[in-house]
Amino acid sequence: MSENAKLPPLPVGTFVERSVTWSKKNLFDGWFNTILTLGSVAFLLWLIPPIIEWGIINATLTPTIEGCAEATGACWGFVNANLRLILFGTYPYDEQWRPLLAMIFLMGIICASLGGVKYPSVRKWIIPMWVIGVPIIAILMWGGVLGLTYVQNSYWGGLPLTLILSSIGIVFAFPFGLLLALGRQSNMPALRTLSVVYIEVIRGVPLITVLFMASVMFPLFLPDGVTIDKLLRAQIGIILFTAAYLAEVFRGGLQAVPRGQFEAGESLALSYWQSMRLIILPQALRLVIPPTVNSFISMFKDTTLVVIIGLFDFLGTVKLALRSDPAWTKYYVEGYTFAAAIFFLICFSMAKYSAYLEKELRKGERR
Amino acid sequence: MTVATETKTGAVPPPSSEDVITVTKMNKWYGNFHVLKDIDLSVRKGERIVICGPSGSGKSTLIRTLNRLEVYQQGEITVNDILLGDDVKNIEAVRRDVCMVFQHFNLFPHMTVLENLTLAPIWVRKMPKKEANDLAMHYLERVRIAEQAHKFPGQLSGGQQQRVAIARSLCMQPKIMLFDEPTSALDPEMVKEVLDVMVELAKEGMTMLCVTHEMGFAKEVADRVIFMDEGQIIEMAGPHEFFDNPKSERTKLFLSQILSH
Repeated sequence: MSENAKLPPLPVGTFVERSVTWSKKNLFDGWFNTILTLGSVAFLLWLIPPIIEWGIINATLTPTIEGCAEATGACWGFVNANLRLILFGTYPYDEQWRPLLAMIFLMGIICASLGGVKYPSVRKWIIPMWVIGVPIIAILMWGGVLGLTYVQNSYWGGLPLTLILSSIGIVFAFPFGLLLALGRQSNMPALRTLSVVYIEVIRGVPLITVLFMASVMFPLFLPDGVTIDKLLRAQIGIILFTAAYLAEVFRGGLQAVPRGQFEAGESLALSYWQSMRLIILPQALRLVIPPTVNSFISMFKDTTLVVIIGLFDFLGTVKLALRSDPAWTKYYVEGYTFAAAIFFLICFSMAKYSAYLEKELRKGERR
Repeated sequence: MTVATETKTGAVPPPSSEDVITVTKMNKWYGNFHVLKDIDLSVRKGERIVICGPSGSGKSTLIRTLNRLEVYQQGEITVNDILLGDDVKNIEAVRRDVCMVFQHFNLFPHMTVLENLTLAPIWVRKMPKKEANDLAMHYLERVRIAEQAHKFPGQLSGGQQQRVAIARSLCMQPKIMLFDEPTSALDPEMVKEVLDVMVELAKEGMTMLCVTHEMGFAKEVADRVIFMDEGQIIEMAGPHEFFDNPKSERTKLFLSQILSH
């Protein structure tokens, strides 16, 4: 192959020799790069040690206010002392094993679904897994049956709430967004107009407004005595909002698939839905993996906004813990750092998974 | 209908019960642009028709109306006695018997060659997967490409891709095949391998309508050659008469342009 000719010669010599060669070539290649390299090193030397000193060396895990007062570094004791409040919110203390189990279970099916798409033998179990899994999670969270005490969903909070809102949000917003995108491309004027109006209106307002309307204004239109659960309203608000964004992402993907692909499907007598499912969508969705995951990540973080309608998501419970005792309040940096770390971990995993999926799906087709 | 074309060209056989395609006074517009003007055409079973003409003459549009990839606004098209109109059932019935091979192949890039071939038999003909695979391998062997069955289209050359596309159409076991400039997107050295397959098909009695500028192919297999210009059928004749004794000035000009080099 001609590509081999372009490859640099294999490095020779000891590790040190090779390192020196590599650095000369990549780090000290001319005065500009040398300045950049030295500048970056100086910046990191200035930034990293104080963080380590504050966050690890001088930090304390002692879960008492007194212990924290003695430490000169970070007071992880705040997180340690309030961990269960931060993780599970106001869920009854003795029953907190239930949201923990539900959360582990939810993560389990999410991971199995994401890892399993690659294998046809696992793939056919993904939908049954969710059909069985979601009721189990619901039973664990609500209780009221099988000897579990009933826990009203206004007591739910923390990480399980965040995970439930976002995963249910993704599962429903995805197909709804897809239908909107197809609707926007439809030949039927009524359907097209409806989709366009929906997408533009929802995209045009902030999520806070949608949540606020779902929580405050929507009940005004309901007849007396009819109430729809606050959590459900928030969940629907998130789904409707995310679907509008996803619809535009999907539309981009649909437009990128050549028209000839659809014509080939048509000329083989495949129906519209068969062509979509078997030919167009597999190609379109693959193209839009990065922006789709982008939408999911931003939606995951947007679930924190449910706090304005009185639900305590993971960020909300951190605030709750900070306010639980005035003495803790000054440790907000530790609290928010912890929250940020958890959010980052989950968002970063999503990004990594999207990169993996892209690579995996492209495997067979590379020349 | 056919009478009109008959007097115009003198080469059209009288309509018979064997007509598989009948186009009557068909007109099509793109907005204000009149793409196809009063097209009359009937195709008998087993007939091989080559359509040529300058670009923009409506020849591709014409064959694309025959499986309803394009709609028409006036007139009538019947295929196998099925009226091709707005009725979705009719359209699907026609498409089951009429397959098209495209200029740019339009293979499905996310599926292997074998999956490309078995897709329609499995989903449209409801054929068991095993049977569809056997059928696909049979046609891949016929287009001499069986060893590539598990590759992806992107890994094949243009000529190989077009042969796969022909095999994909054959897997639907169509009664009529439409070819829309099947060799125009190919490198010159690959044209022959595709034409060879098409000639074989023609010799086996497949009803074919082929938009192409391969005049050698037209001379070898066509029963009739149609020349189109500005949305009209200008001339329709057997290949000998068409090439040796063209009637209209426009046909003469066109032939001199494409045969001169």
